[in-house]
Amino acid sequence: MGVWLGQKVTPRLALLPIVNFFRNLSSLAWIPFAILWFGVGDASTIFLIFLAAFFPVVLATLAAVASIPAVYSRVAHDYGLSGLEKLIRVTLPAIMPQIITTLRVTAGLSWLVVVAAEMVAGRDGLGFAVMDARNGLRIDLLLVEMITIGLIGVAIDSVLARLTKIPSVRWGYER
Amino acid sequence: MQLSRVSCRFGAVEVLQEISVSIARGEFVAVVGPSGCGKTTLLNLLSGYEQPTSGLVERRGQVRMVYQVDGLFPWMTVAENISLGVRDLPCAQERGTQVRDMIRLIELEGFEGHYPHQLSGGMRQRVELARALAGSSDILLMDEPFSSLDYLTRLRMRQELAHLLDKRPRTVVLVTHDIEEAAQLADRVIVLTGRPAQIRRELSIQTARPRALTHPEVVSATRVILTELGIEDGAGDGEGAR
Repeated sequence: MGVWLGQKVTPRLALLPIVNFFRNLSSLAWIPFAILWFGVGDASTIFLIFLAAFFPVVLATLAAVASIPAVYSRVAHDYGLSGLEKLIRVTLPAIMPQIITTLRVTAGLSWLVVVAAEMVAGRDGLGFAVMDARNGLRIDLLLVEMITIGLIGVAIDSVLARLTKIPSVRWGYER
Repeated sequence: MQLSRVSCRFGAVEVLQEISVSIARGEFVAVVGPSGCGKTTLLNLLSGYEQPTSGLVERRGQVRMVYQVDGLFPWMTVAENISLGVRDLPCAQERGTQVRDMIRLIELEGFEGHYPHQLSGGMRQRVELARALAGSSDILLMDEPFSSLDYLTRLRMRQELAHLLDKRPRTVVLVTHDIEEAAQLADRVIVLTGRPAQIRRELSIQTARPRALTHPEVVSATRVILTELGIEDGAGDGEGAR
């Protein structure tokens, strides 16, 4: 959707306000609806993660596609790349560094939402454990769980940071 | 290629006015003129990227273009970038051979797996030339291809281009603001006026490439062009170049 909106001006102008509207709605505000639609459990959490990640990724992809240097498009045309081949060999590789950066940011956001959603609508998980520790006034457990949450966040980012080492995307981080 | 009474206008701005040029197969034509006069527009018309407001553009053959800004795909290696130029060839083995030949021709053996950001400006420009000259294209259009390079590298690139064209002859149109470059490389130099651009003068240069910068015909042509552009007075111009 981000690639499509980045390439087509008219749909972009039409849909950008809607995407921005939903991006600015906190995922946590959806918790009551998530419970209502999906019940308490993993389905609700996945729905909330989707809401937290989808719109920022769409916007970042859109911006990345719209800012691809025009010369790449002309070169692709000169060498007969069009349609799907242009998408796979030019557009997607050209935006990959920005997409990886966005993924790292949204993965962090999503992790926040996971924990928050488990606090409110979970039956287990770290968020649920945090609430349980709070209710039981177990500050020692709470501290351990907070440290665990932070370490898992760091681990998720470390995994995604490895993507920046892929040779065909290094150019995006070395210029 | 032929332009017949071609004019081009963008809104209220007339960029080219009644340009007529005929370019023979295998000829190397350089286009010079004041900054912003419409040289790149002329190239875009020749490539088919833009259409004239009036007049006719005729071209026969496959066109490749080398751009002013870095046109190499940074996510592809040297070999992958050059292989774009031979993607029309049906046989994979032949494509591989052609790519290796081009890499050898531009003396970048050992750099096949390097990415553009790992190369110097001059090396990148050689790869771009190799990509454009690979395969069976007929026409090479160049839009100030060496303008971002330092002076010494530009001098070297002129020699490289002459060498490459000797091995892989093409019809070439070079747009440049570097008058020495035009005089050193082209069979014919077209001098444009300011906007709206018209042809002020055409000069033929007979000496075979590669030409030394100090060759009398190159020096003479440089002076003639400078005079036409109003940079130098015309005393003693025109010897050698016609």
